[in-house]
Amino acid sequence: MMEKYNRRVKAADVTTPQSSQYGFLTGLSPQSTLPNFKQNEFSVVRQHEEFIWLHDSFVENEEYAGYIIPPAPPRPDFDASREKLQKLGEGEGSMTKEEFTKMKQELEAEYLAIFKKTVAMHEVFLCRVAAHPVLRKDLNFHVFLEYNQDLSVRGKNKKEKLEDFFKNVVKSADGVLVAGVKDVDDFFEHEKTFLLEYHNRVKDASAKSDRMIRSHKNAADDINRIASSLYTLGTQDSTDLCKFFLKVSELFEKTRKIEARVAADEDLKLADLLKYYLRESQAAKDLLYRRSRALVDYENANKALDKARAKNRDVLQAETSQQLCCHKFEKISESAKQELIDFKTRRVAAFRKNLVELAELELKHAKGNLQLLQSCLGVLKGNT
Amino acid sequence: MAASSDRNPPPFPAAEDPEPGLVDPADGDSDEGEDIFVSKTNPVSVSRGVSQPDRGAEDPPDLFSEEEEASSTTAKSNGVHSDDDSDLFAEAHMELNTDKPGSSAKKELSASSGPRSTSTSTQSPAAMQPTSLEQLEEEEAKDSFDVDVAITNPEKVGDGMNAYVAYKVSTRTSLTMFRSKTFSVRRRFSDFLGLYEKLSVKQSLHGCIIPLPPEKSVVGMTKVKVGMDDPSSVEFVERRRAALERYLQRVVCHPSLLQDADVREFLERDDLPRALNTQALSGAGFLKMINKASDAVNKMTIKMNESDTWFEDKFQEVEAEEQQLRKLHAVVDSLVNHRKDLCGNTAVFAKSMAMLGNSEDNTALSRALSQLAEVEDKMEQLHQEQAASDFFIFAELLSDYIRLLGAVRGCFDQRMRAWQRWQEAQSTLQKKREAEAKLLWANKPEKLQQAKEDITEWESRVTQYERDFDRIGMTVRKEVLRFEKEKAKDFKSQIMKYLEAMLQSQQRLIKFWEAFLPEAKAIA
Repeated sequence: MMEKYNRRVKAADVTTPQSSQYGFLTGLSPQSTLPNFKQNEFSVVRQHEEFIWLHDSFVENEEYAGYIIPPAPPRPDFDASREKLQKLGEGEGSMTKEEFTKMKQELEAEYLAIFKKTVAMHEVFLCRVAAHPVLRKDLNFHVFLEYNQDLSVRGKNKKEKLEDFFKNVVKSADGVLVAGVKDVDDFFEHEKTFLLEYHNRVKDASAKSDRMIRSHKNAADDINRIASSLYTLGTQDSTDLCKFFLKVSELFEKTRKIEARVAADEDLKLADLLKYYLRESQAAKDLLYRRSRALVDYENANKALDKARAKNRDVLQAETSQQLCCHKFEKISESAKQELIDFKTRRVAAFRKNLVELAELELKHAKGNLQLLQSCLGVLKGNT
Repeated sequence: MAASSDRNPPPFPAAEDPEPGLVDPADGDSDEGEDIFVSKTNPVSVSRGVSQPDRGAEDPPDLFSEEEEASSTTAKSNGVHSDDDSDLFAEAHMELNTDKPGSSAKKELSASSGPRSTSTSTQSPAAMQPTSLEQLEEEEAKDSFDVDVAITNPEKVGDGMNAYVAYKVSTRTSLTMFRSKTFSVRRRFSDFLGLYEKLSVKQSLHGCIIPLPPEKSVVGMTKVKVGMDDPSSVEFVERRRAALERYLQRVVCHPSLLQDADVREFLERDDLPRALNTQALSGAGFLKMINKASDAVNKMTIKMNESDTWFEDKFQEVEAEEQQLRKLHAVVDSLVNHRKDLCGNTAVFAKSMAMLGNSEDNTALSRALSQLAEVEDKMEQLHQEQAASDFFIFAELLSDYIRLLGAVRGCFDQRMRAWQRWQEAQSTLQKKREAEAKLLWANKPEKLQQAKEDITEWESRVTQYERDFDRIGMTVRKEVLRFEKEKAKDFKSQIMKYLEAMLQSQQRLIKFWEAFLPEAKAIA
């Protein structure tokens, strides 16, 4: 039975962004009680590190080898915003008071937007876990949600980070070896090639969408400055031309807001979508890797069994080992198939939702812009 | 040279001098000519240029009608017939005279309209004193122009480092002072610069605001010469073409400048002698730089006591505005660059999306993604056009006016220099008077005569310079008013054009996304 979680994620007061040390409230109120939850509604404060800990615990759990582990939320990145704020502070002397306050407001809004986005991504992770029939039962997950004190999860120290690094190196090397093993099963063979190509292309598209949206934001910023400049020109005098400038400045102010929203929406609906599927496709690739690994182990166990039988030594051991590998492999294969099909369904649905929303938002903003321009031109033509 | 192109000093109004050989405005002695007219002419609708048919009614009949008749009697091969009335701008039959060498036909044309232009543009400011400024402004409002220039077809001529780009300059006009209604010539960039040089030498002394030609660009031109056909050279040529067109349009819109024979020669004459003083590294170029430097030094040392605060206020206004425009221009430039970036990034993204669509195995989603890629491609096109509009309509407008404001400041400087000349003449006169006094006291009668002559000479100079100064003051005032009107008109029309372009862009954007939406919804 699919339990629905009514999730409330509230952002706590974060006055100064300190890299990863931000906390937020996760208010979870499961609508139907699960036997192993002690309360119906509860909230805890969790830090980014703790999410990573949870994710890693899933990855390291052999039991979950056959599932696509929901990708960990990305690290909150306020660097860009902080840099801009700093630059603004430095350049305070060179612009007028209005310009300064305006830009400050802009930056604060941007900061808030980034913050909201980060919180949303953490929420998505938890929701994915909660929606998964097996993962949601994980003990760590429950602890994560319920234990209302600090989980004392420390970030990895240097040694552990180094270990991780080596593990990754080994894993990718292994991945290459394992990938070379041709799969008898057509489904998985197809999935392997598909995912590889898809992942690369999503990565490319994600990076390029980021660049495009950044240019868009820059252009919107420029329009903001043009509006200010025109305003200054317009306030020099009260001639006809000055009134004209003031009107145009007003128009640019408004269109700029719309342009900024367009860029933000594209970011949300397109760039974030691509980023998310970049991570999910990686997780799917990891699943395939694990399965291939299990397959190789199984085949090796088979070979070992044959050898043992031939030598008539340690046969029982080899048999048990082979049984285990077989069992593991089959278990993974079975769940992997379902997971990959689910992945596809999820992906198509997510793309559909986001693309439709993107198109609708683009239309809404363009129409807004159009109306502004039409009315402004109407006024200007009427005056001249 | 034909007799009709003799340069006689302009006849007195009373004299029935049949000679149409009147002074070219281009002529150096036109300045003297003006003095003769000062007392005689009534306040005429001043240097308003050439296009009002009603001007004939305002002209003092004595002065001009005689010249009309004079010119009509002797204008044999000249196409311009003003024989019907004093209206110089009656619809003329324009037949290009091919047997006459271009220049003398030019002279005749300028000859017939010469007196009018010389007299009106150069001396009327002095005669204008009785007319109030309000009347001036009113008259300005009745302006209408009948000259349209267009610059098209840039073509590369020649090869290697001696290559240049020739532009086709087409003029369409109903003014009678031109040989025909529509005509075109080919000109190169240095021709435009040459025209500017000639005009600024002549007209700036009177306090006119001369429009500025686009700037030289060694880098840009070298690329074009070397023959690279890349988009930046194409853009460079297009930018230059548009700037030259604006420059020329401004020149012909200026009433006094249009009268100038050099301008007409530029527009009409098939073969223009090459302007040699415009090369950056020529001797003339260096001379110009030195002159500019000395002028700057001069400016710093002169402190004029301003009797008319209008000038001081205006000057400060102009300076402040120039600064503001510079700031605005910098931001618009940044916008152009960011839009170009956006353009590039969108194109790249579109391709990437197309690839993604290819890999996607769900057919509906795959199709939708390909459609998205197409939409983004179209957006790139839009951004490209928007960036061009940003640049050609907005940024170039601003840079033009930044330089024009510089020219306005130049006018103010001219006036200051005229004041300086006057002051210097006054002090010389003072010295001469002192010298005379000394001679009287020393009782040397032979030298006294010389001294007295000196004094008279300098007295007349002082009066001359004072008049010059006042005249320049009037012209500058007038020019500034005219300029401000032009500027307001220009800005309004260009910015409206820019907004219209934005509007179109949004409309197309809407179409694109509306086409995409059903595709997105069709994903199953």
